[in-house]
Amino acid sequence: MNAPLIGARLQRKEDYRFLTGGGQYTDDVTLPNQTYAAFVRSPHAHAKIKKVGIDKARKAPGVLGIYTGDDVAAAKLGGLPCGWLITDVNGQPMKEPPYPVLAQGKVRFCGERVAMVVAESLAQARDAADLVEVDYEPLPAVVDGRKALEKGAPQVHDGAPGNTCYVWAIGDKNAVDAAFAKAAHVTRLDFINNRLIPNAMEPRAVNGSYSRADDSYTLYVASQNPHVERLLMTAFVMGLPEHKVRVVAPDVGGGFGSKIYLYAEDVMVTWASKQIGRPVKWTAERSESYLSDAHGRDHNTIAELAMDKDGNFLAMRVKTIANVGAYLSTFASCVPTILYATLLAGQYKTPVIHCEVTAVFTNTSPVDAYRGAGRPEATYVVERLVETAARDMKMDPAEIRRKNFIRSFPYQTPVALLYDTGNYDATLDAAMKMADVAGFKKRKEDSQKRGKLRGLGYACYIEACGIAPSAVAGSLGARAGLFEAGEIRVHPTGSVTVFTGSHSHGQGHETTFAQVVADRLGLSADAVDVVHGDTSKILFGMGTYGSRSIAVGGTAIVKALDKVVAKGKKIAAHLLEASESDVEYDRGIFKVAGTDRQKTFAEVAFAAYVPHNYPHDKLEPGLNENAFYDPTNFTFPAGSYVCEVEIDPETGKLKIERWVAVDDFGKIINPMIVEGQVHGGLAQGIGQALTENCRYDETGQLVTGSFMDYAIPRADDLPSFEIDTRETPCTHNPLGVKGCGEAGAIGSPAALINAITDALGVKDIPMPATPQVVWQTLQQTRKAA
Amino acid sequence: MSVKVSMKINGKPVSADLEPRTLLVTYIRENLRLTGTHVGCDTAQCGACTVLMNGKAVKSCSIVAMQAEGADIMTIEGVAKADGTLHPMQAAFKENHGLQCGFCTPGMVMNALDFAKNNPNPTEQQVREALEGNLCRCTGYHNIVKSIMAGAKAMAAAK
Repeated sequence: MNAPLIGARLQRKEDYRFLTGGGQYTDDVTLPNQTYAAFVRSPHAHAKIKKVGIDKARKAPGVLGIYTGDDVAAAKLGGLPCGWLITDVNGQPMKEPPYPVLAQGKVRFCGERVAMVVAESLAQARDAADLVEVDYEPLPAVVDGRKALEKGAPQVHDGAPGNTCYVWAIGDKNAVDAAFAKAAHVTRLDFINNRLIPNAMEPRAVNGSYSRADDSYTLYVASQNPHVERLLMTAFVMGLPEHKVRVVAPDVGGGFGSKIYLYAEDVMVTWASKQIGRPVKWTAERSESYLSDAHGRDHNTIAELAMDKDGNFLAMRVKTIANVGAYLSTFASCVPTILYATLLAGQYKTPVIHCEVTAVFTNTSPVDAYRGAGRPEATYVVERLVETAARDMKMDPAEIRRKNFIRSFPYQTPVALLYDTGNYDATLDAAMKMADVAGFKKRKEDSQKRGKLRGLGYACYIEACGIAPSAVAGSLGARAGLFEAGEIRVHPTGSVTVFTGSHSHGQGHETTFAQVVADRLGLSADAVDVVHGDTSKILFGMGTYGSRSIAVGGTAIVKALDKVVAKGKKIAAHLLEASESDVEYDRGIFKVAGTDRQKTFAEVAFAAYVPHNYPHDKLEPGLNENAFYDPTNFTFPAGSYVCEVEIDPETGKLKIERWVAVDDFGKIINPMIVEGQVHGGLAQGIGQALTENCRYDETGQLVTGSFMDYAIPRADDLPSFEIDTRETPCTHNPLGVKGCGEAGAIGSPAALINAITDALGVKDIPMPATPQVVWQTLQQTRKAA
Repeated sequence: MSVKVSMKINGKPVSADLEPRTLLVTYIRENLRLTGTHVGCDTAQCGACTVLMNGKAVKSCSIVAMQAEGADIMTIEGVAKADGTLHPMQAAFKENHGLQCGFCTPGMVMNALDFAKNNPNPTEQQVREALEGNLCRCTGYHNIVKSIMAGAKAMAAAK
């Protein structure tokens, strides 16, 4: 029997190939006779298309095909579907204007696809795309969510009057208003949650081919969820049967949400591969990623917290305008509603909460889930409000949190969620100790002596992960199930291949899932390989997003393991000539209770495949089991972040002096991998708060369209992180796991802005708090004083 | 019009007739099918395409193949020993979980190899500054910095 693997800091199985150039990302896939696609994109944010002239381009060398909106209309290619139907406050369905794969008579955002050129070489495709002449009649554009709601604003869709997709609400408004009426104090903030561009390091890519021999398609695509991609593309857009389409998401270079969705390029490449009769490949240039990947966040929010005279929270009232961009991306509608407003209780027992969300169309790239998806926005609301409330009430920010923490579980929030477990004191206490909050006063004085400003900020976040259960999601408007599938294929000599519907694009599933399986079967992790990302190999899958893989995908694997062990017991009982009820199983050993008679897992596996001595009357040969798992609840990771900054008031330059994160992810399979997930999440959250900002000018031109203009953090922008965990196991899955992929991005913006506002002595500062913004804020404060 | 270019890649002489505008990275990836060198941007910012040219780290997307005429190029495929044993810098990345999705990793390792030659015992700040031209979106750099510090020491010790 091998050493326990759950909880082990096992080095990753996938690293060798990545470190030696052996990774196979979509752009590395080259198919025989492959052709190349380039897209003609709108240079205008809003315009009528009067004519698409393709004559010159058609004559360019190497061109094999040029397709425009007319061609996709003639081919009856459907528009891109939205996977979640939100019902508005009047009981009406949200407005779902068509999202054509190539523009139909009108473009609505800068970068929208107008035509596709396919040629023998990439250079020829791009050269020919430059020769496509599009005659546009520019129209006034609107890019800001608030302005889109103003009277007289340019209208993005005829079918969405006032640019409104929906007005949706949750919570008891009357009860909230009544609580505010009797409050001793109300803290109010009015802020923007800045728009972000995900920027996975691997640009989106797709390579599609069609086989006339069996009328089938194969699509390699940088996707987080190949089965979902296939389902959406076949059933909703192309009208193809699923069994004729294989989708492979090979090594994928990061996703962060941006590779969940079905994109127009994926559909066009697949469709064109049949028209041309050869494989078609398209890889985004980075500038195309900026223009056409789904963006994240972009909320305008007014938030209020009502308290009694002692700082007990009485009620919260939130109004948000969510900019969803020009079209509804795959999960755009559920992000600012189901994944946002339901998290507004945070870690606190605020008795009543009301949130109203207006989703608006603008002439910008579609907005969808980006690492955290709604939960960072919610945490920003709650934790900025709470910290500001503490300052208003002259209370210690940790004290006001402790005063209002939920301590009794399960806990039903006033915004629909049922928290199963948690211990918020444990993470806050640990974080404060690690951050030496007690010594902060002295450090602040030292900074002052050097002419510097020092601040400390907290964020105590909660998130809902492992999105589920399907029935609940369905009742809230989900158009898909939210289960996961797994398969354990035991080979005759006892090694194992695991198939999972989850997809790894950096998270290390090949290691973590192997640890779970090897631990249970008493194998070394080397004896277990994990396969993911191919619809032809994996029975089904809903993919990876919302920190769901271990909680949902891992549980499906455990359920399949249960079946393997149960069958193994029957086989072992036969081999040991014992009653099945007398056979005990522990990590690779089947044993007759109270005796030394035993069979190893490998012996049982061998017997299953070489069934000479086998209970054929009761059992089929083979040892291969699968399971689908539909969770009974979300999981609720939570934690406390403490951030300390020092600011040079002369320049506005800021240094993060210390970053402490203590998270409760429930049980942890591989601490090394979990730490890496936290680091990455923190970097993205710090990026949002300090450096990153997606900006369009008034005409809808993206002015932050490259790594030179949109600042994702570099190594010297970030500190080393001090992180730790506390553990309250999830109560409703067998591994006790909660998920860890998004926490860092969820908790960190609020912690950082709380620290900066503390240092500057101001109520608020917009994100990103660049040196310029910090400096300007200081000047305004000095002027006001 | 095409031009003939010749160079050594991972110790092996190669030559080809190329369009003059062919980037070094395109030649490496498309002609030689060495796909470990990645393209993450089009503005020479991300560093995923970093290779060693005559021992110095260069971004192979920012020069045309012609400029490497006669040069000695090393890509990520040439870093490990012929028997597959990882180079100490590669091993340090594995041991310190210095990679997640793996896309930026080859560029990180190639840059680190050049850096570590001259900095056998670097400070954290030196490493962070040396990574100015390499972007990572997964790791927050925390473990990349640790990896390079450990890898530099291991390289110095192996000398």
